Amino acid sequence: MPAVSKGDGMRGLAVFISDIRNCKSKEAEIKRINKELANIRSKFKGDKALDGYSKKKYVCKLLFIFLLGHDIDFGHMEAVNLLSSNKYTEKQIGYLFISVLVNSNSELIRLINNAIKNDLSSRNPTFMCLALHCIANVGSREMAEAFASEIPRILVAGDTMDSVKQSAALCLLRLYKTSPDLVLMGEWTSRVVHLLNDQHMGVVTAAISLITCLSQKNPDEFKTCVSLAVSRLSRIVSSASTDLQDYTYYFVPAPWLSCKLLRLLQCYPPPEDGAVKGRLVECLETILNKAQEPPKSKKVQHSNAKNAILFEAISLIIHYDSEPNLLVRACNQLGQFLQHRETNLRYLALESMCTLASSEFSHEAVKTHIETVINALKTERDVSVRQRAADLLYAMCDRSNAKQIVAEMLSYLETADYSIREEMVLKVAILAEKYAVDYSWYVDTILNLIRIAGDYVSEEVWYRVIQIVINRDDVQGYAAKTVFEALQAPACHENMVKVGGYILGEFGNLIAGDPRSSPLVQFNLLHSKFHLCSVPTRALLLSAYIKFINLFPETKATIQEVLRCDSQIRNSDVELQQRAVEYLKLSSIASTDVLATVLEEMPPFPERESSILAKLKKKKGPGAVSVTELEDSKREGGELNGGGDRGQDTATMAASNASTPSPSADLLGIRSTAPLGAAPASAGSLLVDVFSEAGPTAPSAAVNDDGFLRFVCKNNGVLFENQLLQIGIKSEYRQNLGRMYLFYGNKTSVQFASFTTTVSCPGELQSQLNVQTKPVEPLVEGGAQIQQVLNIECLTDFSDAPLLNIKFRYGGALQNLTLKLPVTINKFFQPTEMTSHDFFQRWKQLSQPQQEAQKIFKANNSMDTEVLKAKLLGLGTALLDNVDPNPENYVCAGVIQTKSQQVGCLLRLEPNAQAQVQHTDSPERVSHNYSSIPNFLHYLSPYSVNI
Amino acid sequence: MHFMLLFSRQGKLRLQKWYTATAERDKKKMVRELMQIVLARKPKMCSFLEWRDLKIVYKRYASLYFCCAIEEQDNELITLEVIHRFVELLDKYFGSVCELDIIFNFEKAYFILDEFLMGGEIQDTSKKSVLKAIEQADLLQEFH
Repeated sequence: MPAVSKGDGMRGLAVFISDIRNCKSKEAEIKRINKELANIRSKFKGDKALDGYSKKKYVCKLLFIFLLGHDIDFGHMEAVNLLSSNKYTEKQIGYLFISVLVNSNSELIRLINNAIKNDLSSRNPTFMCLALHCIANVGSREMAEAFASEIPRILVAGDTMDSVKQSAALCLLRLYKTSPDLVLMGEWTSRVVHLLNDQHMGVVTAAISLITCLSQKNPDEFKTCVSLAVSRLSRIVSSASTDLQDYTYYFVPAPWLSCKLLRLLQCYPPPEDGAVKGRLVECLETILNKAQEPPKSKKVQHSNAKNAILFEAISLIIHYDSEPNLLVRACNQLGQFLQHRETNLRYLALESMCTLASSEFSHEAVKTHIETVINALKTERDVSVRQRAADLLYAMCDRSNAKQIVAEMLSYLETADYSIREEMVLKVAILAEKYAVDYSWYVDTILNLIRIAGDYVSEEVWYRVIQIVINRDDVQGYAAKTVFEALQAPACHENMVKVGGYILGEFGNLIAGDPRSSPLVQFNLLHSKFHLCSVPTRALLLSAYIKFINLFPETKATIQEVLRCDSQIRNSDVELQQRAVEYLKLSSIASTDVLATVLEEMPPFPERESSILAKLKKKKGPGAVSVTELEDSKREGGELNGGGDRGQDTATMAASNASTPSPSADLLGIRSTAPLGAAPASAGSLLVDVFSEAGPTAPSAAVNDDGFLRFVCKNNGVLFENQLLQIGIKSEYRQNLGRMYLFYGNKTSVQFASFTTTVSCPGELQSQLNVQTKPVEPLVEGGAQIQQVLNIECLTDFSDAPLLNIKFRYGGALQNLTLKLPVTINKFFQPTEMTSHDFFQRWKQLSQPQQEAQKIFKANNSMDTEVLKAKLLGLGTALLDNVDPNPENYVCAGVIQTKSQQVGCLLRLEPNAQAQVQHTDSPERVSHNYSSIPNFLHYLSPYSVNI
Repeated sequence: MHFMLLFSRQGKLRLQKWYTATAERDKKKMVRELMQIVLARKPKMCSFLEWRDLKIVYKRYASLYFCCAIEEQDNELITLEVIHRFVELLDKYFGSVCELDIIFNFEKAYFILDEFLMGGEIQDTSKKSVLKAIEQADLLQEFH
């Protein structure tokens, strides 16, 4: 029996609960419950009207049964009846039942809403609170529709009791979270913000949750909350530990409210007003100082509350990322926690330091703790803490400490928990690549990785080591020697066999001089692994063998013997059989010269984003190390490949895969389709591939203009895509006006918060182009897409492009992205038809130097007539047939429409098929001096490079 | 906060409060999964863990585990103290609370939690205010 039963206990309920607890088996429990359900059902259906107490008791029993995990399909009506009881206790049970067991029975919802409406207007604060709780607990769309407009009024009304205000604030928050479109603050905004000044701390505590959520979505409308929050925070921080009476928690003044205030401030940039900012910095300093003071209590609650504020303050400092002094102090404080006896603090310190590591001001300070972090990786008993330590090591890694960190991570990997091995492997592989100064170290590291954790080494990792070895001739000999040695191990991982096979097939000759690794020894070593391997690996080995025949003619007989045996040439696997047959034939009939050409060394791979980096991004999501950080450090780190892929961080997974050999891809196939190291471009991605190799203008590191050039000749498509976000574009132009639709798609399952986009016209573009838009919704749900419309007006000719800046929070990390918007002068072309006579007459008139521009460039792809025509039309001009006497030439004309002037433009493209050279000629000027013509051609030229 | 769970060392769920709409089937699955993870952890381990897209903050009081799921940007330490304050409230109300009190007076436990947290956010942190609200309700029960 219960020890205490306060209020009016329900004896029958207590007996029933006792019975259930005494049941010896699940079956007995179910039997008892069924008995009770039958009893309740008969009471509810009986002729005798039940009194309120009985009804309450039975409803409560049903609730208990439901919470035990059993289904309840009746009793809802009785619960709804209880809502209109005058007895608080009955009403309360009714509401509890509804809150837990609401279903979308529309009949019931109407009745429930009715009861809620009555209670809200009852002016009885306890009843009002019950009703508000019910709305918040259910939080359904129907409830939002019924009450969203009523609750703000209750919240700000002067005569509302404090307790009701608190409930109203949080109720509104819940409705806002489920149906933001129905909660319109409008006229209430300023009064809600001023709740931050309320005398009652409870009201402030409840209201601030609402204000924070609203500010995240409408930062501008709520920005007055910043100065109010700062002054409130300042008052709390400077108060003595007893000033706030009941709001002091274990000698810490108002810890919850402090944390919430600091969190609210993280929705905004640092305050612009100097005085406010000064006051805030003072608060942050005080909080850091307090952390150094001796504790006022030994209780863990005291230190938790105090440190909760401290960590929130550090988050704000990191969010601002502008006060070097505070950042370094924060780092030192966290450094102390790294060795704290509380596991919780060590965990949080490691986590928080990860973000500090990415700030330029505190990166060095974080690095000084390397030994402690390595120690944590080795000695922490809790895997989740070790995981944080590994994350932090990864985040603090740079060129100066890469060797040490990689070595530590490798040794940790030997005993690491299975759950985190794959991620660890990727991280090691990335660090090794990013900070490799000498490539033998890189090769050693990756081979060690395969040795220690072969099962967790994904394809991307071993593809990558091969790409790099192939692209760096200074490491090829070393790589061949090292794989040869690694393959000597009696049991070696299949991934090692793959790398070994590939590398020896390419570069086995570099170590063949040593009799210990003579061609035959190499071949026998590889072939000794053959039978233990899976089909794709065997296929790869067969390709290595045919390469051996070319490299070492003396192995030909042996290898032909192997290829000829039944297990190869009659293998049940078609791929293996085909390779065996073809390679055998090739080796028998082709002359040495042909063989040498066909089986030539692999050409270098085109450099794109590291495929493993893409893999980590895909895997990690909102991890401790954000994608942006990774890429930042990548930029600063200098890449293996001479910085060739700067600004190409967005190359998609697919693109990198295109450049990696697949284990089943025929070596010959790769050889013949990639003569110059350029992967064959499919028709659809014609432009993507070429442009991603080298943009003609060096893009500034911060602005991503990968997508930009693809849109010179088209108006719709995907402008940008990474693991998180896809931005699609649709645009239409008419005379000097344009409208662009931007579609932002959240590719993750997690909501993006504080999503803001800003379009700016840098420099003189401001006076040349007028771009107008409305702000977007600040929340993008996982999987959702939002749209933004830009209205564009071309005032006069221009050469720069407007910039689109996108900021949002994904998980905890702020993502920041700037793209060039593809608004180019040619968008304002109006095609003009003219006769041959007109065309050449005008052409000849345009003889002054500034009226003419000419460019000769090499075509990268075959000059296909249809493709060329499509592009010239896409440019916006009219393509004029039968104008040029030479039918091979293309002639175009159009008028560029700006607000201030119209500029005619003539264009001639003269392909020279033999030399693969093209010739563009002379856009024309009709009225004024046309200064952007060179620029216009400049747009044209990268496009043309591709023709 | 997404939800709060109370369960015993034996893996019996004693209280569950969901602050985001979740289907019953998913709830059961999540509860089972979390109980398994939390019950397997050793005493000295840290009180926080990453789970799906959420952070789990848990603490054990005698035979009961209190377990909260919060979002990425929420503060773990203050959540630990939310749990503690809730325990204090139960303690004050029942007078040195034990698991049995929560079993037999489950509805009271829900009422107290509702007075303290609403929609997953703290309504009032003052022990006095929350208890006053509950006491008032009890008084109302007796006089009507």
